[in-house]
Amino acid sequence: MPPVLRRRTPEELLEQVQAEEDYERRGRLKIFLGYASGVGKSFRMLDEGRRRHERGQDVVVGASQPKTTPEIETLLNKLEVIPLREVDGITVMDTPAILKRHPGVCLVDGLAYDNPPGSKHASRWQDVNELLEAGISVISSVNIQYIDELQERVFRITGKRVQQTVPRSFLNSADEIVVVDAPPEMSIVRSHDGSVDSASPAQKLSELREIALLLAADVVDRQLSSYLQRNGIPQTFGAQERIMVCITPRANGAPMVASGRRNADRFHGDLIVAYVRQPEITADDQAALERNLSIARAANAKIEILDGQDPIETLLKFAHEHGITQIFVGHSIREQWWERLTGTPLDRLIRGANDIDVRVFPH
Amino acid sequence: MPDEIRGKLTIFLGYAAGVGKTYQMMEEAQELKRQGRDVVIGYFEPHGRRDTIAKTEGLEMVPRRRIDYRGSFFEEMDTDAILHRHPQICVVDEFPHTNVPGSARLKRWQDVQLLLDAGIDVLTTMNIQHLESLNDQIWQITGIRVRETIPDWVMQQADQVVMVDLTPRALLNRLARGVVYSQEKAQKALENFFQESTLVVLREMALRQTAHEVEIRQVDYDAPGFQPQPNYRDEAEPATGPSDRILILVTPEPSSAMLIRRGKRVADYLQADCFAVTVSRESDLGDLPSRDREAVERHLNFARNLHIETRVLQGHDVAKTLVEFAHLNGVTHIFLARPRPSQWPVISGRSLVQQVVHSARDMQVTIAADRANRSQLQPA
Repeated sequence: MPPVLRRRTPEELLEQVQAEEDYERRGRLKIFLGYASGVGKSFRMLDEGRRRHERGQDVVVGASQPKTTPEIETLLNKLEVIPLREVDGITVMDTPAILKRHPGVCLVDGLAYDNPPGSKHASRWQDVNELLEAGISVISSVNIQYIDELQERVFRITGKRVQQTVPRSFLNSADEIVVVDAPPEMSIVRSHDGSVDSASPAQKLSELREIALLLAADVVDRQLSSYLQRNGIPQTFGAQERIMVCITPRANGAPMVASGRRNADRFHGDLIVAYVRQPEITADDQAALERNLSIARAANAKIEILDGQDPIETLLKFAHEHGITQIFVGHSIREQWWERLTGTPLDRLIRGANDIDVRVFPH
Repeated sequence: MPDEIRGKLTIFLGYAAGVGKTYQMMEEAQELKRQGRDVVIGYFEPHGRRDTIAKTEGLEMVPRRRIDYRGSFFEEMDTDAILHRHPQICVVDEFPHTNVPGSARLKRWQDVQLLLDAGIDVLTTMNIQHLESLNDQIWQITGIRVRETIPDWVMQQADQVVMVDLTPRALLNRLARGVVYSQEKAQKALENFFQESTLVVLREMALRQTAHEVEIRQVDYDAPGFQPQPNYRDEAEPATGPSDRILILVTPEPSSAMLIRRGKRVADYLQADCFAVTVSRESDLGDLPSRDREAVERHLNFARNLHIETRVLQGHDVAKTLVEFAHLNGVTHIFLARPRPSQWPVISGRSLVQQVVHSARDMQVTIAADRANRSQLQPA
């Protein structure tokens, strides 16, 4: 099936040109993401700064962490450092000095630090935004425990909460994100930044590690989707499992949705519940449909109400355009609309699904 | 002789050549040596990369074995020499490598099993596209059928899987600067795996696979009996619900290999039992034409290599025999291949899929995708 390229409207093209111009002016943001302190994020960030400096780029260190190791010390000595300032006993990045110096690349550690009251920006990550807008590229590092939206999950694992955070949207805005992944048992981890958060037992660190990897995968997935969108390519495949449960009023929704949820969780994938609107529907069926949809909502599924003449074609079209990898259907849909169609409907669905798994549930 | 403790396996997982797997592995090896451990390099592929070669400095290298094959000499890892030398830790590059014919073992990962059995810890490298259960998806995305694969159970047995990450943009820069390959080879690489969108997909797959590997190892940490509790958000199915059992129907069709990989991957993620069966009138498959018999045997053998239990079921009616077996064995989920196009028009009588769906009333039936169709990743 060839991809369908949609012609863009003049407004859309203008918007795109504007966005591209803004993008060209803005500095690039690269973030090293780690799962705990001491996995080597700061080292990786500074080491990249050193390599770029050696390749002739204009690199400065805007902010580094107070706690260092001999290895980090060695890297810092090779780079130009713009000293931190102290305001009311709080260390702050000297953003005005960096803007004045205007390097090509600025290295910024400790993204989550709050600035003292009365500062231009409340947090250091907002200072970074200002550097980016001034056309300075930034390489930074952050630990998932400081991501605002992950606070609850991290708290459930570690029992600890941090006061200063970085919003997830800032991470999403990065041009590049790199996960610094190394299990705490590895000797190299201990040598770079000192030691990994030794208060946390292996089980907890492992759970944090999993979160960091999945967060990076999600950011990468967004980047892929926007790349495909920009180029008008439909997403016909899945790097990630996407399960679509097809429901009808009479479908026995609960076991299908529950199974969909469980499979999506195990694969760390997406769950979508789709319903193709039917023209004539009795009050009983409407009530049954509502029950099924509320089951879907309770399972935290994304609900899609689709319109189309032919339900099977409608479902298949949606599935192929959204990178669905598994379609779940119940036996019951046979009684709903398949009987009206020529040929055997299950065969039609399977034939059309082609590169998508079809899972048929017992009635 | 005292029981030898099996060595620990660490896999450095990447998504393409040049992301820095070998470099990171050598860094770890150097650090281990600094700590006074006895480390040797069993096999190293320099690819002319200066930074990586520099990282091997000071590490003892066990000389490779030269093998004469059809008048040419090939070099392979000398497993016997490493066993004889018996270090604490051995570094083995390119885990999925296929040995030259005439070697004692077909695959390098099998050589590594021997080292581990002898109590030697092994550090090794591989890319996500070499994982067996992703073979069809990789084909779908890249158009390349990867021949050198690692069975999933081999990766599951590793003590650690570490993601070696680099952004695709940085990788493409390295490629352009000639860090990864020579100019000529770089050009060829750019036409294959090294298109940015392909790299992004492979990278996402590697991140998700590593997350999965981290998750399944979490059971090992705490007290005996510890079970991870996934985040069930629906109460309809209790967290301790009945365990899944997956049954895969193997036929002479080439699609059987795809079906086996997919069924096993789903079983692994659901922590389900997995069987593969074929149905034949004779228990020795004697009723099948020899080509079909060979194909079925090859597929069953493939399943066994992936650690799937196999069985030949004797019966005339495929659907009936399959479903009966499923009922008797508490199967919750049957995997079938897509029918071939020539098998589609079913005017009289039902297709196998329909027969199974109708008789397997209380089971789920999955008709696995045909991932042979190449998707369109590149702008038209």
